[in-house]
Amino acid sequence: MKKMRMIQAINEALTEEMARDSRVILFGEDVKISLFGDTRGLADRFGENRVRNTPISETVMTGAAVGAAAAGYRVVCHMMFANFLYTGFDAIANQAAKLRYMTGGQIRLPIVYMAVMGAGRSAGAQHSDVPYPALMNLGGIKVVVPSTPADAKGLLKASIRDDNPVVFLQPARRGGEQGDVPDGDIIVPLGVADIKRAGGDVTVVAIGAMVRTTLRAADQLAKEGVEVEVIDPRTLFPMDTATILASVRKTGRLVVVDEARTTCSAASEIAATVAEQAFDCLEAPILRVTVRDVAMPYSPPLEKLVIPDEQSVVDAVRKTLSTGRRSGTQRVTQ
Amino acid sequence: MNAMSSPDPDPAVALEMFQRMLLIRRMEERLGEVVTTGELPGPVHLCIGQEAVSVGVCAHLDDADWIASTHRGHGHFLAKGGDPEKMIAEIFGRETGICGGKGGSMHVADFSRGILGANGIVGGGIGIAVGAALAAQLDGQGRVAVAFFGDGGANQGVIMEAINLAAIWKLPLLLVCENNGFSEFSPTSTVTAGEIAKRAEPFGVPGIVVDGNDVLAVWRVAGEAVRRARSGAGPAVIEARTYRWRGHVETEKSFLSGPYREDDEIRQWQARDPLAAMERWLVSAGAMDPSALDRIRATVAATVDSAYTRPLSDAYPAGESAFQHMFA
Repeated sequence: MKKMRMIQAINEALTEEMARDSRVILFGEDVKISLFGDTRGLADRFGENRVRNTPISETVMTGAAVGAAAAGYRVVCHMMFANFLYTGFDAIANQAAKLRYMTGGQIRLPIVYMAVMGAGRSAGAQHSDVPYPALMNLGGIKVVVPSTPADAKGLLKASIRDDNPVVFLQPARRGGEQGDVPDGDIIVPLGVADIKRAGGDVTVVAIGAMVRTTLRAADQLAKEGVEVEVIDPRTLFPMDTATILASVRKTGRLVVVDEARTTCSAASEIAATVAEQAFDCLEAPILRVTVRDVAMPYSPPLEKLVIPDEQSVVDAVRKTLSTGRRSGTQRVTQ
Repeated sequence: MNAMSSPDPDPAVALEMFQRMLLIRRMEERLGEVVTTGELPGPVHLCIGQEAVSVGVCAHLDDADWIASTHRGHGHFLAKGGDPEKMIAEIFGRETGICGGKGGSMHVADFSRGILGANGIVGGGIGIAVGAALAAQLDGQGRVAVAFFGDGGANQGVIMEAINLAAIWKLPLLLVCENNGFSEFSPTSTVTAGEIAKRAEPFGVPGIVVDGNDVLAVWRVAGEAVRRARSGAGPAVIEARTYRWRGHVETEKSFLSGPYREDDEIRQWQARDPLAAMERWLVSAGAMDPSALDRIRATVAATVDSAYTRPLSDAYPAGESAFQHMFA
């Protein structure tokens, strides 16, 4: 067990997978110098054939990932900021997500498109999106969002070994926060959620950077005697709905904390699934804590206002507890 | 690159190219007839008149080489050795189709033959071919990748990105533009500035214009570019000037408000039929006597008949197949 930052865990995962399989290749803009540090040292160790700087050409990068994967390589295509996935979206949405299906299963496409996502650092609206809602709707792309260094390492290694296109989105704004990462070849399987904190009163599903926010809110609520169960889906598509449903059947209440904009957010999908499949267990309306439907503002007070914070999670949990059947208090009018 | 100094193809190669062109022509003609019966589930884009480009290029490739194609991709599929019957079964949406009936005309692919697929996105195959060329370079076995695209595709930004990246990395890539005169319904001159081949020049990449109705000329130019790419000297752009005899899409007259070209223009290009030109050359070069021509015609006719007969009795895919193959 070692303490490390998420970026170091990702660097370890890349290093180990490239050492393990000579057909793993990586390319992207400035991956040699490595803006974030996640690809640092890879070119020195694995050579400039397997680790390549590309021009700033997202359209051809995402497409080349498809072609190289179709031709037998495991491709890690580093997109830098997640907004740049939009720039290269044709090959992701029209090619990678569909080529296997359209050709009757003739081909495997082991691709990882990786990027840093999310707001909180005054990077402005074009460097702050969480683009997973659009990706989740493609159907042919697995979507992975870790919240801890250990999960980041295990999920990235699983993503590289997966025979399908995966978008691996590293939440920004984690700064120097460290976490325990087990030694050895750790794999976190895709499509398996993790219960980050057990509790019996309210289920809170939180994604990416929102997991830490939610865990802090849970600490605060515990002092009031409210036990929150915090679930991190870790893979947004395919989603481990079984773990979420089991928790809601236990608690009867659900809050979803998501850094995406409200409309068609991951939170919307989770809420719909629970409403469809566990309606009989719900004691109160499902609540979404999301970013309102605005672009991310630059000015720090505005950005802080828009991103869900600890207090907004606490408020939502209190609200769900004070609403609906068996609420203990009178139903609150919204 | 000097195409003029290249020799003529061996008779066997020349005959093979003629046969492939004839197969593509007859397959597409039949498809054009079938469209009018209303039996086809989806739209088809025919490449009649453009056969020399796919055939002249693919004559230099084998199954280990890669091609990425376009929405007008039947010719590329057949030129690279794709199975005619499986292609037609696919276009009819049958389970025996090359993609199990899940792709259709715009997505015929056969990875076992290096056919990375036709593509419904104009320019969509270019990036894929770049990646295949990267894989070929890493493999180090002398493979090449070819991206076919149209003059319409030449106006997608990805072409600039692809030429630049392929030049920087010296990828074994041929970017083959079939300039057929039309970007869907817009004459090329109204939407395209300058010469497409010259877009390669600033990147230090050879950009060659060739008569796309002369299969021998295409074969010479492509041969040189393929040899160059296999040797590690990097990419080339070939602009093959040809003409689309048919519409952008069959049945277009049913929805277009009016004509976008003159019938006389079509007739002028039909007088420059690439197939007839190759036939004349074969006879004059002594590569083939008229009886051999007849044999090839009979063989092709039998293949076409079979391709359009057998799949029609094949079943549609089972319902559950709609939910398969998203993930490996």
